[in-house]
Formats: sequence, C-alpha cells, structure tokens
Amino acid sequence: MTNQQETLLTVRGLKKYFPIQKGFLRRAAGMVRAVDGVDLELAPGETLGVVGESGSGKTTLGRCIAKLYEVTGGEIVLNAGGETLSIPDLDRDQQKLFRRTVQTIFQDPYSSLNPRLNVLDTVGEPLLVNNLAKGRELEDRVTETIRQVGLRVDYLRRYPHSFSGGQRQRIGIARALVVQPRLVVADEPVSALDVSIQAQILNLLLDLQQEYQLTYIFISHAMSVVRYVSSRIAVMYGGKLVEMAPKTELLENPKHPYTETLLAAVPRAAAGRVRRRVVTSGEPPDPANLPSGCVFHPRCPYALDICRHEAPTLEKSGGGTYVSCHRATELRLQGISQSGQ
Amino acid sequence: MAASGETEPRTLVEVDNLKTYFFLHEGTVRAVNGVSFAISERRSLGVVGESGCGKSVTAQSLMRIVPSPPGRIVDGRVTLHLHDDGQEELVQVLELPAKGPEIRAIRGKQIGMIFQEPMTSLSPLHTIGNQITEALLIHDPDVTKAEARERAIDMLGRVGIPQASRLVDEYPYQLSGGMRQRAMIAMALICGPRLLIGDEPTTALDVTIEAQILELIKDLQSEYGMALMYISHDLTVVGDMADDIMVMYLGLVMERGSTQQIFDNPLHPYTIALWRSIPRISGKLERLQPIHGTLPNPYISPPGCPFFERCQRCEGGVCDAELPPLQEVEPGHFVRCFGCT
Repeated sequence: MTNQQETLLTVRGLKKYFPIQKGFLRRAAGMVRAVDGVDLELAPGETLGVVGESGSGKTTLGRCIAKLYEVTGGEIVLNAGGETLSIPDLDRDQQKLFRRTVQTIFQDPYSSLNPRLNVLDTVGEPLLVNNLAKGRELEDRVTETIRQVGLRVDYLRRYPHSFSGGQRQRIGIARALVVQPRLVVADEPVSALDVSIQAQILNLLLDLQQEYQLTYIFISHAMSVVRYVSSRIAVMYGGKLVEMAPKTELLENPKHPYTETLLAAVPRAAAGRVRRRVVTSGEPPDPANLPSGCVFHPRCPYALDICRHEAPTLEKSGGGTYVSCHRATELRLQGISQSGQ
Repeated sequence: MAASGETEPRTLVEVDNLKTYFFLHEGTVRAVNGVSFAISERRSLGVVGESGCGKSVTAQSLMRIVPSPPGRIVDGRVTLHLHDDGQEELVQVLELPAKGPEIRAIRGKQIGMIFQEPMTSLSPLHTIGNQITEALLIHDPDVTKAEARERAIDMLGRVGIPQASRLVDEYPYQLSGGMRQRAMIAMALICGPRLLIGDEPTTALDVTIEAQILELIKDLQSEYGMALMYISHDLTVVGDMADDIMVMYLGLVMERGSTQQIFDNPLHPYTIALWRSIPRISGKLERLQPIHGTLPNPYISPPGCPFFERCQRCEGGVCDAELPPLQEVEPGHFVRCFGCT
C-alpha cells in the first residue's frame, strides 16, 4: 500500500497532553498524556484502522489529525491537493483548507447532530462556513450528497429527531463528505448502531471510499470491524503506537504482546464449545500516571527487567510492520489464522 | 459447559407464553409478545437480538422489575422450580404480589442479575460493602453485620478484586469500570442465586476487560452450579457463553436451539441474515450483507411474520397472512418460519 506514491499525511512525534487542574486557582497538578509521541504515514486511498481500549489515545490522535485539538508537540504534514500544510505552522487560510481536507465522522449519531438544524442546514453548514456554495448551489450540492449516502431527498427539511440511528449516521457522513475531503477520520462510526445497521454503514463507507478515492483513519475498539474496513492496522496503548502493520500480517503474526492480548480477547464465532483463552490480567493504565519503561509492562507476560526501565521505540521490523517492543524479534506470538474458521 | 456424566438436568425456570406490553401515548408496544422457553439447572441460555427485540424486557419480567407504568405483564406464566432437600417447590412468579415479600425473596436470592452499566446500577452514595451486604441482611435475618461483611469481602476476592478488605469500604466512583462490574457480580452472587441473569454485562467494557469478565462469569457459574441467562446483541459473545441460544425479533422467539445448532445450522432467515451482517475476525473477507430495510414501527403489529418485510425468502399471501408457529425441526431446534418447516 505504501509504495513510492506521495504520502497524504505524515505525523511525527505527535503529542497531546491535557493538564489536570486542581483547586481554586486551577493550577496544573499533572498531565494526562493522551497521545505521547506517535509517528505514522498515510498513503492516499488507504484505510488505517486504529484500535485500542478506552484511554489508549485513539480518539485524541484522530482529533489532533482532524485539527479539532491543538497539538502539544510534534508535527502533522498534510498534502492538500498540491499544497503542503504543516501543523503547527498554519495561517488562517491554510487552517480552513486543512479542516476542509480532513473531515470527521463521530461516534454517537444522537449527540453529534444539532437538534435545531434540519438536514439541509446540517449538511450545508460546512459549505457555508467555507464559502464554497450558497443558495441554490448549496442546496444542489447537499441534495447530491444526501443521495450518495443513501438518504431520500425529501428528507431535506426534516430534523434529526425524526431519523433512526442509522439514518442519523448517514447525515453525519453526508456532512463530512459535502466539502469533498481527502481524508476522513471516522471515530467509532458504527459502535452505537445495531448489527444490521452497522453493516449498511460499513458498506456505505467502503463504497464512498471507492468512488471518491477517500483515505480513512478508522478508529474502533472492535477488531473484527477494523479487519473488515482497513488495509493497515495500528494498535494504540497508553498514548503510544505499539504496533502498526498490514492487516493480515498484524492479525496472523502479531509482534507486540499487547496485540496478542487484544486478539485473544476477541469473542470468537466458532466458540460455543468449551474454549479456554488466555486472558491477560490487569487493566489499561491511567494516562495521567503512565508506568515507567514500556507502558504495557505491568500486564505483559513476557516483560523483562529492561521493559520496566527503558521505553522501547517504534521500529521497522520487515513486511511493513512497525513494532515497539524490546523483545519483538525473539517472541513468537499467537495470532488468528485468517484462512481458517 | 453442562456438567457431563450427570443425570438429565432438572428444569429451573419455565417461561410460558410471556407477554409484556408497554402502554404509551403513541400506542401499545408489544415488547414481549408470547415468549416461551425453559432453563435447566447449571445450563446457560443466550438471548440475542437487536435493540427493541424484547430481550431485556424478558429478563426484567422474570425478575418482575418491568418499569410500570407504562409496562405491564399481560399474560403468561413463569414457573420457578425450587429444590430443597429433595423437595420440589413450584413458584408462580407472575402471580406473586408485585411489591410483596414473596417476590423480594426471589429477587436477589433465587435470581441474581447483572446489568450493563455498572456506574448507573450501583448506588453512588453507599460503599461497595454496604451494597453487597444489604442483600445478605435482607434475605437472611440470622446473619450479623460482621458476618455479612466477612462474606462480602470473601465474595469480592472471589470475583477477582484485589485487596478486597480495603475496597469493601470504597465507593463505586473510586473503582474502574471493570472493577465495578466485578463488584456488581459479587452483589448478584452473594446470596447464592440459582439463576444468574446477565443483561449485556460487558457491553460497556473494554475488550480485554470484557474477556476477563466473561471468563469470570463462566468460572463462577460452574463453581456455584448456577444457571445462566446471558443477554447480548453480540452473537459471538453469546456463542462463547451459552449452551443454548434463543434469537429474538420484535418480541418473538424466531429460533431456538443448542449453540451448535444455531452456529452450524442456522435456519431462520433472520438468524442467517444476522450472521451475514457481522464482520468476523477470521475466514474469508466477504462483503457484509446488511439486513434490508429497518425495524418496523413498534406500534403496529401486522398479522404475519414480523420479519416479513425484511425477509429474502418470504412468500406473499403466506408469511404476511399468519404468524408462523415456533416448530421443532430437529430435536431441540425450534424455528418460527413457514419456509423452514
């Protein structure tokens, strides 16, 4: 996937810290290191699935990339139709272009839509804000987009409350796509939906990607959903990327112990008969109080002394895999055979 | 996971033609519309279906905790078989006074329940220990407070809470989501119920924590010899937990059978459609096939099969004219479909 093509997005050393404020004077009492040094590259047209548990920083990463958060440190370089935009140095016009090129689809279709705006206003707002269209032309473009996401055109004047969860998510998708972005950050776009609706939305996202050569960052906690949509998968833990690899490689031959843990935790359809799985004890770390050394070491069954003191870095390990583990080369971890059940 | 080498397990709960309706301004919602099933001792029954299928209301009806008004159990029988020293006592759960001591003696004592949201179902104002001992003190007047506390600490240890003797005095907000869910399991188990109902107990949890809780529930089930009714929207989780599976749609059981039968030989078009609409973690990557259409209006119940409008195999004039009966197609495997029998 990442051959000699231009890269669409480069993220280097990205950091996002949130201060913890305490007391009357709201003094910073500590830092939540939500994203703590992430590097990645995206090729146009690919889908990078980002998996991790709550608090792993996957949502924050997505929000930084979509410029919904100011980053604390590091660099995001976006290739927006010939122009190279680099966070943090953007002027006003570049900021607008950046936001237009990168759009977001949110998780909860119930809270992410303004109940006082009808479909036309909701989907048309980004066009208006960016001075891309108004009046008749705006309505035409909204109508066109509404049709593409599989909604009926006569819904244009209706308000969010009259739609089901799946339809609302389609409105959210239309709002993201109406400005013709190149990169879409989809943050758990199907986890609030019923399974039958989930499949409709996933297929819609794949079809739209085909049609408009969209690049996706698809954030989800569900490994099977990520497998369905992604070309590559990145695994986050404690604000760091612990592994990133082409999909099949990651699922079959995980290189990081946490990836193995995540895969073992996936409830398996072929079960039902007695199946014992290795369940890793412990819980994800508190991002305000990350462990020393490797963030996963307190839960890692393979941890050595070095893991407690020294943080590993994300290294290339062949086959397009990047892994951040001191023992990556020697461990043989168990994945999920992709051909079998 | 039935204990093998034993005689035929005795029936614990029998539900016969249960109907629970919600009387709302907009109309009547037949949330549970004639559901029958039985759970034997030590066995586990998984209940799957999308939101609105009546799976939670079925469980609430067994416990007599249907929010009323607007909900009301309008018909049916729930028989609880209680065995005490070779004596069998039959309790008609639905005939007990709604707020009397008899039903309270069953809730918590004979049937324990764990809910989805550990934060909302635990009281924020009471310590974990007080909430657990409350059940003991109510159900067993001979237990002293000190004894109850001892047993609560012991139970917290069994559900895998470290430093239980300290945690017993903490409040729910001081615990992580996984630990809260463990505390809730301890609360449900403290009186040694014969049946444990889990209503999506892991849906709000992270995947690795979910795996831990699922294993814990399985272990405790066999340790205490309880029956389990496990409700989830996730077929794979249910397949992992249950001996038998019941698939519900719009208040009706569409298919019921052993987990093996439902997984290897699903017969009802809805079960098959559910299968085809969920992404898998392994096997061939095929395009998902979403279920056509959306859930029908819950206020209208047309005469025929509720899945008629969305079914690929339906036959006009047959399926929309009359409700197909739930018929046994092979031993223990029941299907509600004219096309399958």
